[in-house]
Amino acid sequence: MADTIVVPEAPVADADAGRALREVGRSMPRLESTAKVDGSVEYIHNLRLPGMLYGRIHRSSIAHGRIVRIDASAALACDGVHAVITADDVATIVPNPYYGPAFHDQPILALGKVRHVGEPVAVVLATDPHVAEEAADLVSVEYEPFDAVFDEVAAAAPGAPIIHDELKPAGMFTDLEHVAGRRGTNVALDARLRTGDIEKGFAQADQVFEHTFRTGKVIHATFEPMVSVAEPAGPGGLTIHTASQSPSFVRSEIARLLGWPENRVRVRTAFLGGGFGAKLYIKLEAMAAVCALLVRKPVRIALTMDEQFYTITKHGATVLIRTGVTNDGRITARQVETYWNGGAYADIGPRVTQKSGFTAAGPYDIEHVALDNYAVYTNDPPAGALRGFGISQLVWAYERQADIIARALGIDPLEFRRRNALRNGRKHATGTVVYGMEVEAVLDRLAEKMEWHRPFDRGSGTIRRGRGIAIGVKACVSPTTSTAAVHVYGDGSCAVHTSTVDMGQASDTTLAQIAAEVLGLPTPDVRIVHPDTDVTPYDMATLGSRSTFHMGNAVRRAAEDVRAQLLRIAAGALGVDMGDLECRDGAVLSRAGAKLTFREVMLARFAMQAGTIVGVGSYTPSYTKPDPRTGYSPNITPFWMLGGAGAEVEVDCETGRVTVTKLVNVADVGRAINPASVERQLCPACSICRAS
Amino acid sequence: MSARHERAVAFTLNGRRVGATVATHETILEVLQREFGLFGARESCGQGLCGCCTLLVNGTAVSGCLYFAAFADGAELTTVEGLAKNGELHPIQRAFVEKSGFQCGFCTPGFILMTKELLSRHPQPTEDEIRHYLSGNLCRCAAYPDIIAAVKRAAELMRA
Ligand code: FES
Ligand code: FES
Repeated sequence: MADTIVVPEAPVADADAGRALREVGRSMPRLESTAKVDGSVEYIHNLRLPGMLYGRIHRSSIAHGRIVRIDASAALACDGVHAVITADDVATIVPNPYYGPAFHDQPILALGKVRHVGEPVAVVLATDPHVAEEAADLVSVEYEPFDAVFDEVAAAAPGAPIIHDELKPAGMFTDLEHVAGRRGTNVALDARLRTGDIEKGFAQADQVFEHTFRTGKVIHATFEPMVSVAEPAGPGGLTIHTASQSPSFVRSEIARLLGWPENRVRVRTAFLGGGFGAKLYIKLEAMAAVCALLVRKPVRIALTMDEQFYTITKHGATVLIRTGVTNDGRITARQVETYWNGGAYADIGPRVTQKSGFTAAGPYDIEHVALDNYAVYTNDPPAGALRGFGISQLVWAYERQADIIARALGIDPLEFRRRNALRNGRKHATGTVVYGMEVEAVLDRLAEKMEWHRPFDRGSGTIRRGRGIAIGVKACVSPTTSTAAVHVYGDGSCAVHTSTVDMGQASDTTLAQIAAEVLGLPTPDVRIVHPDTDVTPYDMATLGSRSTFHMGNAVRRAAEDVRAQLLRIAAGALGVDMGDLECRDGAVLSRAGAKLTFREVMLARFAMQAGTIVGVGSYTPSYTKPDPRTGYSPNITPFWMLGGAGAEVEVDCETGRVTVTKLVNVADVGRAINPASVERQLCPACSICRAS
Repeated sequence: MSARHERAVAFTLNGRRVGATVATHETILEVLQREFGLFGARESCGQGLCGCCTLLVNGTAVSGCLYFAAFADGAELTTVEGLAKNGELHPIQRAFVEKSGFQCGFCTPGFILMTKELLSRHPQPTEDEIRHYLSGNLCRCAAYPDIIAAVKRAAELMRA
């Protein structure tokens, strides 16, 4: 069986009205359900524009080396090939063609050298996708190969082949500034955290455990493969239709590359056929944009499933973890050194390194902690975020070691975790006091669902059985901003403008529930306008479990702004006090029983069925940048996320077959806006490995 | 690419007689998209592994990414767009909505059509039959528990 349990909070009333919630907290089907079952749902994958050219990428066949010569003549000779674009062509419109959210290190097309197998070297543009594919194979590139390095520990060691001459942080994230200009290293970022006195902590320990854990790369394999379609928009503009989790970032990065103001770049998305962190920041957009501007035609660049493997992966990591414990099972000190295999381009890797790295001691209360995280360039494809932003690599290490220590001390693994649990009101190693993090509640629920205290049948003969539990903690990424707008139209209908991208997590429905709650509307009556940077306000990105909280609060504020405007107009029209009015059932109701529908409110304001009322809301939680020497910050995150899992497995000792016979997920989610969709978000990790 | 080899094909598409001129190397998926604007069958792996491109040819589910358009001549094709009748969703579609048998939805038409073939052969499928029939359809969002619940619900709705 697989089971996902959400640890509930007590039922809450809406703080400002003191009334029960109607839309928020209710499980409801996705707003776009019908479109997803009748085939009509919009993905950028489906987009075909008149006169559009199909781009196909010629990719590097070596991991590291200098480009000596590119010969495109055979490709250009193919019937139907319109152009072959290389770095030289890119340079005519983007003189400094390096992009990336953390570092400006990734060229739009390989410039001078290649740094991983599969790196884009040239793009063939053709009227037919099959012609483009065949011609891309005909591009011939001569390389002078260099030594390559693939292992993250080897790449960080002295004497390793150097992948980038100089570190070039992008400047957007202030916590990366200190590495600017460093040369002769593959370590893109060293992020450290020091609390207490690590040597003293080890001296207090009865035993010290030291282990190395490694995790491999994982590929997102989104079923809608990455796709971007760019088209020139008039003489000075550009429109990019893209399957992206971060349309606002794409706009600013493309504008920066082109040296244009952001208002000349329009980026729009549709539903995504999966994201999981793969479609973050900037992927194919710059390439499609440059191609479209060079040939002055719409250009579609879409990857095949296998090309996605060259584009982004989850980080492989090597985690060295040293833990001091007393004989009664208290952790006195923990030192963790993590090498993150970032691949050839930083992408968001340094942020993954920093943002997850500071949680490497786990959800435990430890007085002496020393953490070192290294984002390392290697000659693998770039690494970024995948469902958890770097957390699972660390959880694997600290929770494996927790079991090893518990066994060595003869303490029940659940009890060992309980003894060290980080409780609310205590300081996390960063110096931030934790709240809203129910470690014990999660452990209790795990124990109950796993029937932990019942005797467990360990099997016999060739079939052996085992069970285990693990918990992990993540801090929501900070600092970030979301902005939303809520519009009420002349007929009283309502639309939410948001740049949050629905990639399957049901954000459209969740955000509609929040707006509906504030405005007293049924959720299905709220329309969500999909990200279009000409229309929808800024959002940092759909990533890191931040959208419901950040965009949810922005939408709430925007809806409250609209509600205040509607009530003010209605108060004037009805001659009553605003405080006597509320929004309910699609209308403004007075305490005395008078009622104005939203349409009537609009009529009262504009004297005809016309006009728009717009409410705007923004949300940026406070944040204190950590001290780069100690990693210390009294305010490192707006909230913590805590999860746990338990599994029972059966191993056939003859064949090696492992069967998961039971899997339980427990999460402390706070108040679930749409409980069923929260469970559906948590369940996949569980059901992927579910036994048949 | 050398000279284009083309041929004319005629087939029934979602109950309607249609014709098209197709290149011999083209898949039915490309023709559905280009000639008929149908995007419910969609290419993901392109290798016959995921089932996102599923359509029914004479009632049997095939991978549209591997099925040459030229083979469709004379056949009866059903895509997910052909299931709803008179603006009413098919019971299988209703069951997928009711049980939320999807997240991003990219795999959904494939699962729905595979379910259609399953239920036409096994109106009261066992859990094993469901898993066997759906084994060629993958869901990267891993909505599997909800998908299986939807298939069971569909069987109920269709018997009703
Ligand atoms: S796209 Fe045809 S099976 Fe995957
Ligand atoms: S719902 Fe996303 S792949 Fe199945």
